[in-house]
Amino acid sequence: MAELHTLTLTEIAAGLDAGEFRSIDVTDALLARIEGQGESLNAFVTVTADAARAAAQRADDARAAGDAGLLCGLPIVHKDIFCTRDVLTTCGSRMLENFVSPYDATVVERLADAGAVVLGKTNMDEFAMGSSNETSYFGPVKNPWGAEYSPGGSSGGSSSAVAARLAPAATGTDTGGSIRQPAALTGTVGIKPTYGRVSRYGMIAFASSLDQAGVITRSAADAALLLQVMAGFDQRDSTSIDRPVPAYTEHLGDSLQGLRVGIVRQHFDEGLEEQTGKAVRESLAVLEAQGAILSEVDLPHLDLSVPTYYVVAPAECSSNLSRFDGVRFGHRADGAEDLLDLYCRSRGEGFGAEVQRRIMTGTYVLSAGYYDAYYLKAQQVRQLIADDFKKAFEQVDVIAGPTTPTPAFKLGDKTDDPITMYLNDIYTIGANLAGLPGMSTPCGMVDSLPVGLHLVGPHFGEQALLTTAHQYQQQTDWHLACPEDWR
Amino acid sequence: MSLDKEQVQHIAMLARLRLADDAFDETVDKLSRIVDFVDQLSQADTADVVPMAHTLNESQRLRPDAVTETNQRDDVQGKNAPSVADGLYLVPKVIE
Repeated sequence: MAELHTLTLTEIAAGLDAGEFRSIDVTDALLARIEGQGESLNAFVTVTADAARAAAQRADDARAAGDAGLLCGLPIVHKDIFCTRDVLTTCGSRMLENFVSPYDATVVERLADAGAVVLGKTNMDEFAMGSSNETSYFGPVKNPWGAEYSPGGSSGGSSSAVAARLAPAATGTDTGGSIRQPAALTGTVGIKPTYGRVSRYGMIAFASSLDQAGVITRSAADAALLLQVMAGFDQRDSTSIDRPVPAYTEHLGDSLQGLRVGIVRQHFDEGLEEQTGKAVRESLAVLEAQGAILSEVDLPHLDLSVPTYYVVAPAECSSNLSRFDGVRFGHRADGAEDLLDLYCRSRGEGFGAEVQRRIMTGTYVLSAGYYDAYYLKAQQVRQLIADDFKKAFEQVDVIAGPTTPTPAFKLGDKTDDPITMYLNDIYTIGANLAGLPGMSTPCGMVDSLPVGLHLVGPHFGEQALLTTAHQYQQQTDWHLACPEDWR
Repeated sequence: MSLDKEQVQHIAMLARLRLADDAFDETVDKLSRIVDFVDQLSQADTADVVPMAHTLNESQRLRPDAVTETNQRDDVQGKNAPSVADGLYLVPKVIE
């Protein structure tokens, strides 16, 4: 039998059903890995070993009693942006270094109710602001494909943990590519659903009109399984959409015959590294061989998506993060002279440099005299970008292209110039601006580093993405590739 | 440099951030680069374009005005508040 840490969620579920092993066996095996070899990756902020073992025991008891939920006994990890009752929720920040949430996020609650076993909380860019995991107060996460490389960000702890077989699946959040980019750079599968599909309640806010929760896994089938549980209406999120959740896992076997796949010419312009482009083109040929019909579509405002994002997201972040005042919770500075000084010192000490820059960018674009030129203008361009996608989806079912312009870059390589780092999300940001679902699946290797195929669908088109990725994974084995040191 | 030191000081005050002295020049430089970068939006033709309000054109959902939360003040303050007394948050003196 395969070693327990190598199994996917679907394989673990089958093994538990067949009585081949118990949840506590898998949980112990993964915890030993996280607390042993896994330490070197810095992928976790908190490991919840005792709670995990207790949950695994409860799951094993429930299964023995014939009362197993959909995820009964399946181990997962949470990005440390999701509030977890009585467990630290740091959001990768000194500001929340000691924050213990009084409640569970809806995502956390739903997964727990379905029987999932939570092993711990993963490291991340501070307040999810970053594309390399280098802005975390708890230090950068390493990529299992090479310790000198970034695992991507902001869900870099999640992607690193899943790629290194420390956990079969992780939650993540995606505001501009924070699930899909780290998935691509670590050879894992990542999906960001439609805006409003998964509740944001208890997910610490960065940019509320862009943030969406999703998962990082090692197969499309596992992503479908988790999304099935996470998705759906939540009264406690005012932007949650009240719409039935399809049976994602039941349609993974559907044929790609006749699927209309759109290719965006600008995605293959000079910004794309050559070998990455070659791998993506080869993956498109695989889809074509499976019956998909490829055609070109145009997204004329694509070039403006990154600047649009870097007005809208900082504006929302400056507003959201104003709640951190050193009074009610979070870091409080010592020695403040008065209330104003308390605010300024607490925020100056509690936030790292990148978060401060984004707060200030947002403050600037919203300030008197600049609002129309920046914020309003950006929301107009955002509408143009959304209209481009709408037109494209009149012609095709799915848009396919590269997830990132290059494979993983080295830690420290892009920290000097914020713009270079921001441009890493050029292919993913459009889906957030337009509220569309996006997914990345491994599609090749360049110089021993994985690259991803990016799929975008129309609103609530998650099924087409999951089915396309699943069918692609039936014909290829890039998603099975494992870093040599982490077999 | 699209932003000068004085402007950055002003933005930092609006944002209630006390910037570290040794990182100030770097902040001015990087913020300027970000502002230069987003300035390319001005080239876009947006005449007659209605600014986006919601990606799905949804309107804000309302709920009945009913009490659904129980009082959890002690739990909430006990876990995380830096300084409280008698259920109140303590801050430095505001009025002399």
